[in-house]
Amino acid sequence: MNTMPQPDQRDASLEDARLDIMLRQVWDTPRGLWGALATVDHKVIARRYIITAFVFLAFGGVLALLMRWQLARPEGQLLGPDVYNQAFTVHGTSMMFLFAVPVMEAMAVYLVPLMVGTRNIAFPRLNAFSYWMYLVGGILLWGAFIVDLGPDIGWFAYVPLAGPQYGIGKRVDIWAQMITFTEISALAVAVEIVVTVLKQRAPGMSLDRIPLFVWAMLVTSFIVILAMPAVMVASTSLILDRLVGTHFFNPAEGGDVLLWQHLFWFFGHPEVYIIFLPAVGMISAMLPAFVRRPVFGYIPMVLALVGTGILSFGLWVHHMFTTGLPRLGESFFTASSMAIAVPSGIQIFCWLATIWYGRPVYRVPFLFILAFFFTFIIGGMTGVMVASVPLDTQLHDSYFVVAHFHYVLVGGAVFPLLGAVYYWFPKFTGRMMSERIGRWVAGLLFVAFNFTFFPMHLLGLLGMPRRVYTYQTEMAWGGLNLFVSVSAVMLAAGFLLFFLDAIRSARHGEPAGDNPWGAATLEWATSSPPPSYNFARIPLVQSADPLWDAGDELPVTSGLRVDRRELLVTTVGGALPEARESSPRCSLWPLWSAIATTALLMGSIVTPWAVVWGSVPVAIALIGWFWPGGSKEDES
Amino acid sequence: MRRRILLVSAALTACSGCSGWQSALDPQGPAAASLDRLLLGFVLVLGGIWLCVMLVLAAGLWRRAAATPGTARRRSAWAVGGACAATVLVVSGLTLASYLASRAAPLGQDEPLVIRVRGLQWWWEVVYPGADGQDLVTANEIHIPVGRPVRIELSAADVIHSFWVPNLAGKQDMIPGRDNVLTFTAWEAGTYRGQCAEFCGMQHARMAFLIVAESQESFDRWRAAQEAEAAAPAGEEEARGRQVFEQKPCGACHTIRGTEARGTTGPDLTHIASRQYLAAGVLPMTRGALAAWTADPQTIKPGNNMPLVPLTAAELQAVSAWLASLR
Repeated sequence: MNTMPQPDQRDASLEDARLDIMLRQVWDTPRGLWGALATVDHKVIARRYIITAFVFLAFGGVLALLMRWQLARPEGQLLGPDVYNQAFTVHGTSMMFLFAVPVMEAMAVYLVPLMVGTRNIAFPRLNAFSYWMYLVGGILLWGAFIVDLGPDIGWFAYVPLAGPQYGIGKRVDIWAQMITFTEISALAVAVEIVVTVLKQRAPGMSLDRIPLFVWAMLVTSFIVILAMPAVMVASTSLILDRLVGTHFFNPAEGGDVLLWQHLFWFFGHPEVYIIFLPAVGMISAMLPAFVRRPVFGYIPMVLALVGTGILSFGLWVHHMFTTGLPRLGESFFTASSMAIAVPSGIQIFCWLATIWYGRPVYRVPFLFILAFFFTFIIGGMTGVMVASVPLDTQLHDSYFVVAHFHYVLVGGAVFPLLGAVYYWFPKFTGRMMSERIGRWVAGLLFVAFNFTFFPMHLLGLLGMPRRVYTYQTEMAWGGLNLFVSVSAVMLAAGFLLFFLDAIRSARHGEPAGDNPWGAATLEWATSSPPPSYNFARIPLVQSADPLWDAGDELPVTSGLRVDRRELLVTTVGGALPEARESSPRCSLWPLWSAIATTALLMGSIVTPWAVVWGSVPVAIALIGWFWPGGSKEDES
Repeated sequence: MRRRILLVSAALTACSGCSGWQSALDPQGPAAASLDRLLLGFVLVLGGIWLCVMLVLAAGLWRRAAATPGTARRRSAWAVGGACAATVLVVSGLTLASYLASRAAPLGQDEPLVIRVRGLQWWWEVVYPGADGQDLVTANEIHIPVGRPVRIELSAADVIHSFWVPNLAGKQDMIPGRDNVLTFTAWEAGTYRGQCAEFCGMQHARMAFLIVAESQESFDRWRAAQEAEAAAPAGEEEARGRQVFEQKPCGACHTIRGTEARGTTGPDLTHIASRQYLAAGVLPMTRGALAAWTADPQTIKPGNNMPLVPLTAAELQAVSAWLASLR
């Protein structure tokens, strides 16, 4: 696409070195505090997101260790019931809302623009705003916990326990508003990713050439957009019940306590796939680099992702099999819950076929992929068990379920994520993580994880309910619990080693080079770490594995202006160039808007009038944000 | 395999002979037994599949790839297609199996015994409806006759609870504003422990109950004894204890039939000493436990709804003596 030279400055005629200098002038985030607060660079924001999420992972892990200490012996005395109930609530809430979902979205915020070959994410200011909201939500939850105001109702906050009559104090309100913060940020990121994937792909990256990780994030983002409103409705109704005396969930006044469960799980089950699909996308992204061939069955893989996304909305009732719903309806949800094993199976079989005809290279990310296979499939199998209505009546709300969802979430999402950190760390920092320590981390985590969580299956079958702060000496659970607790310490040691390696490698790791794994996707076509503008010249994509098929010289396009932030908009289907679009510069307005929104939401924990008066600063900040800037209409 | 799991767990837990009294792996009635069989079937089928996948993975890592891309793609397509078809078949089979298992409600011919159980923070109210409207009210210990179906009508007074006796049946939630039913039969005489399975607040962990299955004759004897009013104080200390109980605010929450105590927000204490445990499975029933509980319920079970009623040492002694005599 060689457009005619225009009076404004284009990249076509420039030398590489000169182009770099000019693009840096336009795209670099200014140094200093102002730049740090005002930046809209997707890489800077994503890095913050990832680090913050891992900090919350570490906090949540500390709580898990405290709980395991408490349960190591019967009649444990470390935590009282009140602190224990806060601990498991904050652990679950933090892991789901502050770690798992944000970290997956953050990886996408970093990688998707690079993988599709564009210079910044769509709506970069919204991206900045989403990070601030997420940060405040996390601080709200943990700050409340530290001052003994942590929610104590479980991460799904069933009413009436969470309602005005039994959830006294402000603990539940804090939980509900934390949901609002994190949902706003998750929704914002989802919208950015959808638009980035659909409209900003490098020319030539037609739908059948999109990397599988990007497909996974596209499907995930649609799930977020469709599922999150349900929990926002739920948490808002809960706040209304608590704050202004509505009766959505009060059976005495015509409300319904099961309504909460329906709304929550209509979000809560897709939530699992919001965490899991990015992880399978990561597997599909990493696997080819370690078996030296593309993933087998691109189209079945994509269809499986889409199928999982659709089916994920049809099985929320399997969290409610013991509530006494009509039998026929339950059977339907058994069938749909089991049906989701089929798309998951397709992906696993395709990966197996990929490995079968490949030549595996046993680097650390690949070890995590193997750990994923071992553990996640166990979690999938126990998932089939809890999908059966009759079996679930024994397994539900017991430690069997605790084991099951940790196998799915840690085995299915955290192992791939840690592999992904090892895999993309060189791209993030320009340095490799330690291969030697990484093997220890992978091995330790794999063994310790299975030692920690496998016995919980048995504990559940032996009748131990979840969420108990202690158990009596006459129960037969002491030995297994002690074993689990000791293993949990080992698991924590594995994570500690991982954190130490990451911190050390960020400064002292070996320099990585652009493409240390010899991978095929576009993020490896630019330097490590990438410059602020990502690509000096937008790549031209001619196959699904551009870096493998293009030989030494990746074809590029030209014609973008270099005197302002500009990126290329392409068509949804064929990724044909459509327009040049300006991309926003740094701005403090997202931060001001986040502060104003924070004031509104925090105030509403105390008084409903905060929603009225608090909306004034929000409106002012938004007007400032959207005030028409100086840039002219974008040219087609 | 299940045997082995049991053995392993038994070895690990190294517990006394009580390991089976709250366990889904030790079914003592048809409902739990059918779930146990279903569990075994699922574990065998799914474990087998897991093993196959792991073997294929291991073989794939072991072998050295040698196939032209065209052949590789064709073979992979067949293998993946076949595996997906097998997944569909297995999943359909398991769905059918669980549908059949949930349909087969083993009721038998007998008229079921109806018991109403209400969940409260954090104890269980148990009501045996009487023919003449004279309901028998007790708490935390449910006696049932062996071999006769029992129909438990479940409700909740405050928040959601869940009724679970893993040896006898799967769990069923108790939900405010809704009525649920659970039916099961016990094969043999024995004591089975149950526990609240849905998180219900501060003392969720200390909300247990017992099911005592016994022969029809001993059940009838038990019921007749329970229907009687509280025994008259046997001695002077017991009489003083009754006096203290009636003077203090105890009767505002508790009922002891045959006395002035008529409260209904706490457990019925008419025959409290006949139960095996105190405070919903927390303490074995002894006079000492009764004294300790009455003296300071908030230390033993923090957050529960029983307030501390200040008593002198002598009053405490007398009250515990009287309560311990309420058999």
